[in-house]
Amino acid sequence: MMVTDSTADLVSTPSFRRRLAAGLDRRPWLRIVLLLGLPLLAFGLVYLGSLVILFLNAFWQRDTFTGFIIRDFTLENFIDLGRPVFISVTLRTLGMATAVTLTCAVIAFPIAYYMARVASPRVRGALVVAVLMPLWASYLIKIYSWKLILSEDGVLNWALSPLGLHGPGFGEIGLWLVFVYLWLPYMILPLFAGLERIPSSVLEASADLGARSLTTFRRVILPLAIPALIAGSIFTFSLTLGDYITPNQIASGKQFIGNLILSDFGVPNLPLAAAEALVPLAIIVVYLLVARRLGAFEAL
Amino acid sequence: MAGRIGKFGLVAASIATLIFMYVPLSMVIAYAFNKSGTQIWPPTGFTLQWVSDALANPGLKAAFLTSVGIALSATLIAIVLGSLAALAVARHRFFGRDTVSFVLVLPISMPGVVTGMALSTTFATTDLPLGFMAIVVGHATFCVVLVYNNVLARMRRVSGSLEEASADLGADSFQTFRRVTFPQMRTAILAGALLAFALSFDEVIVTFFVAGGVKTLPLWILESFRLANQVALVNVAGLAAILLSVIPVYIATRLTSDSSTVGRT
Repeated sequence: MMVTDSTADLVSTPSFRRRLAAGLDRRPWLRIVLLLGLPLLAFGLVYLGSLVILFLNAFWQRDTFTGFIIRDFTLENFIDLGRPVFISVTLRTLGMATAVTLTCAVIAFPIAYYMARVASPRVRGALVVAVLMPLWASYLIKIYSWKLILSEDGVLNWALSPLGLHGPGFGEIGLWLVFVYLWLPYMILPLFAGLERIPSSVLEASADLGARSLTTFRRVILPLAIPALIAGSIFTFSLTLGDYITPNQIASGKQFIGNLILSDFGVPNLPLAAAEALVPLAIIVVYLLVARRLGAFEAL
Repeated sequence: MAGRIGKFGLVAASIATLIFMYVPLSMVIAYAFNKSGTQIWPPTGFTLQWVSDALANPGLKAAFLTSVGIALSATLIAIVLGSLAALAVARHRFFGRDTVSFVLVLPISMPGVVTGMALSTTFATTDLPLGFMAIVVGHATFCVVLVYNNVLARMRRVSGSLEEASADLGADSFQTFRRVTFPQMRTAILAGALLAFALSFDEVIVTFFVAGGVKTLPLWILESFRLANQVALVNVAGLAAILLSVIPVYIATRLTSDSSTVGRT
């Protein structure tokens, strides 16, 4: 069936298609243009274009009376970024992103190491799926489940009350917990892949040279896992920076950079919100550049 | 390398981590069938009342269908653009090839609030309408990379020699694509598409900025957080949201792990 089909194809090929194919074979650059043209045009136009427009908007101003945007060049929005509130909110957000990233790394290491180097292939496969599932399970519902857990008559206080303890409730500690919960799989998976790539011979060599487990971990495994850790941290860091829903739901009293941008967007003061959005953008671009230098992109 | 104690510690830590990851999700599922319909722990009994209430709720149903429509449209765009870009990068060498990957990864690694702001200022500046199409475009920007990554990984695993053999046997590029290249990438495209669907179906941070009144399932859920009388329905909607993102992802992992053998067509 397959054979007769293809011979028929070869014999009765429309000559136009044949000529077109031959022409494309002679001009590989044309094939690249045809293949990449649509995706790059779409991307260049929509994504990069909108980043440019965001950038431009940051230099425009809002008429305080009418609320309309005046397309006159001004640096006022950038001067506004220097106000104490914005600086303290930015620092709080960065502190939170750092704390969440470090916590995720510490929690992720044992399970990632177990998956990569100890578990049998069958258990490993099951664990990869087990870590992957919560990553994709509804983001809002994960937040919601923590609202249930942290609430006054929620499960955490119910479990802690016999011990005479009380949960953290809604606030920065609770938010830190929820962020760790939300982004943990994003750290485990790249770390698992990175640890799996370490050749066993390196660990054996370390043991042969007399290093104990802890020394091997500190001097061999950890340095080799750095690119994977940074790859994971791109997610945990960026997702924390860009989130406004989790802070709203879990720590409504405290402002983070996402909420602040959203509230200025809602005023509406689009130019100011645009200038503020350039801050997490700049942070992530710097982060990505440093990460690339440290070899994290090969570990993504 | 670790001794028996070390291994025991690793197993214990792994189990503790899995419990940490699964307890909150299972609680929502438990609440979806909780008789009292409140959020007080522990649940008082089993009921299917909230499930049937949810099925009868017109707002919830409309939001669900909107989300499915948006996710399907964004996935379709992601399939076309992601596969094309992956083919170009996998089988050709050209100036700026590394940049293509970087540019495609950018939207998914950007903080959500930045992408949301960028798209909404763009729509406002160009006077394009917000709503269904705006959400589809927004989702497509970060869904493309999922198809792209899956197809690219597959194309790197299967060697180009089969395509060369096809050309040597006299097939032109289109025939080679249809009979050799495409059958090899098919499951990778499907896996990427399922991930793209799951991501779009669940997305809310960017969606919020460009929705312009259109209500997706996540936006419906977000709104219901504030409405006390819908609390019981949120659990059921959450159950639906979990299933509709987890099932496609589960199938996607099966697809990419089973068919990774080189030369399988």
